[in-house]
Amino acid sequence: MNDVSDLTITVLRFGFLLLLWVLIFSIVAAMRRDLMIGKKAATGVPTARQMRRNPNLAEAAPSPVKQQARQLVVTEGPLKGRTIPLAASPILLGRAQEATLVLEDDYASGRHARLFPQGSRWFIEDLGSTNGTYLADQQLTRALPVEIGVPVRIGKTVIELRP
Amino acid sequence: MTQTDGAPKPRRNIELLLLLLALAVGISANALVGVDQEKAFDTDFWFQSSLLAVAALGFHVVLRIRAKYADPVILPLVVALNGLGLAMIHRLDGPDDDTGNNQLRWTLIAMAVAIAVIWFLKDHRVLRRFTYISLAVSALLLVLPLIPGISAGEILGARVWIRLGPLTFQPGEIAKITLAIFFAGYLSSNRDLILLAGRKIGPLQFPRFKDMGPMITAWLVSIGVLIFQRDLGSSVLFFGLFIVMIYVATSRISWVVIGVGLLLGGGFVASNVFSHVGLRINGWLNAFTDEVYGRTFGGSYQIVEGLFGMASGGLVGTGLGQGRPNMVPFANSDMIIASFGEELGLFGLFAIVMMFLLLFTRGFRAALGTRDAFGKLLACGLSFAIALQCFVVIGGVTRLIPLTGLTTPFLAAGGSSLLANWIIVGLLLMISHAARGPVDTTPLPPGTETDNRQAVPAIPGQPMSPAPRRNPQIRTDTQTEAVRQL
Repeated sequence: MNDVSDLTITVLRFGFLLLLWVLIFSIVAAMRRDLMIGKKAATGVPTARQMRRNPNLAEAAPSPVKQQARQLVVTEGPLKGRTIPLAASPILLGRAQEATLVLEDDYASGRHARLFPQGSRWFIEDLGSTNGTYLADQQLTRALPVEIGVPVRIGKTVIELRP
Repeated sequence: MTQTDGAPKPRRNIELLLLLLALAVGISANALVGVDQEKAFDTDFWFQSSLLAVAALGFHVVLRIRAKYADPVILPLVVALNGLGLAMIHRLDGPDDDTGNNQLRWTLIAMAVAIAVIWFLKDHRVLRRFTYISLAVSALLLVLPLIPGISAGEILGARVWIRLGPLTFQPGEIAKITLAIFFAGYLSSNRDLILLAGRKIGPLQFPRFKDMGPMITAWLVSIGVLIFQRDLGSSVLFFGLFIVMIYVATSRISWVVIGVGLLLGGGFVASNVFSHVGLRINGWLNAFTDEVYGRTFGGSYQIVEGLFGMASGGLVGTGLGQGRPNMVPFANSDMIIASFGEELGLFGLFAIVMMFLLLFTRGFRAALGTRDAFGKLLACGLSFAIALQCFVVIGGVTRLIPLTGLTTPFLAAGGSSLLANWIIVGLLLMISHAARGPVDTTPLPPGTETDNRQAVPAIPGQPMSPAPRRNPQIRTDTQTEAVRQL
């Protein structure tokens, strides 16, 4: 305790504890956005509560304008509720671990089907799967365009494109 | 709260900001420990601080290049914890001890290895190909300390070290990573078999032995070897890892019930059969009796001194460098939590526990976000390993459970533990990169098929070869079982 006074040490001591907690609170603040798992899984359609809060959402939602598909949603099967944002690159569906959407579905093949963009639309194509791919109850024999909201069935999994 | 943009953001700038804050914590801790001992701003301090800062920022730059979408919170948390550990070890060093610099050397090595993992592995799914190799590697690593030539002999009652030239190393620390890789790889391909095939006894369903065989042998080997090495803490860690990964894979609560039952039963048997376990438990239950406190071997002196230290720290602590945590044996390794409790008080200790908690939740967040079963299981297993280690150590120091020899991740002095935990961080960062990034479409670049195992033409409109089944025998088997179940 030669040149450093007790007061300085006390200030530094509390200052350090404060700094520790500042770090923790900034980290928590930084991950605040990420904690909303439910928000991301929700579909693009606003919920009833959101519509009640701002009425203009309700009018905007059922617009008949042809929309671009922005995400892929699993509506049935073991992965129900999973969404994948659609970029400009093809998506491989299947049980293989290298697939983009790994289906944990015993009725799907390893590399079951492929979803790829062409122009402004998305096409689905069967990759020679054992049990086949169905676009709106019709078995695929060649690549066909997938419209928004039309169910695509792979094994016991059903996927849909959403705006 | 109406952000509907699904586009992933790298958020590396936030990481840089938090990283600078974390470095401020670590470096100011290092400055504070010597503030009244004339070693506050000596050359050692500047040397250590600048090396830590350069290494951390280097890591950040590597993330910017190689894993742009990795979780922005993990690296700052780990750097803050590591910096706090360095400062405390430096503070506890006697006049001619060199543990602090040694720890810094290991920190730099560990960070370099973690960077190498991120740089060369690129995709964690590659590890799945090494499922059985990693089982063999785990067995080898666990047996190494028992082999006469390499073994460093019995140090502090346990045979877990090996000697490599001037260094001693604890291979069991690395084995926890390879075992996690094996469990994740095995469970991700055989999950359905374990779930569906097998007979029911009462409310519980037991899988067939054939499906569980590799898991059981892996478990028996690790536990058996650890019994011979007298390493209680690692046995608990491996057992917990095994139970948690199988629970996460199958979501059957019966595994947890069986596991906890076995743990209690095994603990009871071990406390009666092995004298060192019995002494530990006695030292935990009757810590404050004269006879146990003063016992030369297996007494409660260490725990009780640690508790006294934390009590003298109180709510806000004595201040870094102001307390006397070096009264406790192993104050810089096993009991480092008690040292922090004394000098930072309850507020500081809670901050540290909070950091571990946040790290653990980020690991699980990566597991939730990633799309492949292997990555999910691996991230769960690795982050759980860190959490369980914290629980066992902090619980032991605060006398919630018997004290066992496990290291506090990132804080305690010890190179092998630091190296293993940094590798875990590297893997978690990579998994979180895959989880948070835009959908990875590398498997199907048209024309350039990099995955040479299954060459399927990827041009639309052309006839496709049938998708080959990865393991036809197992698959047909599952399907019949599944059909029977339905």
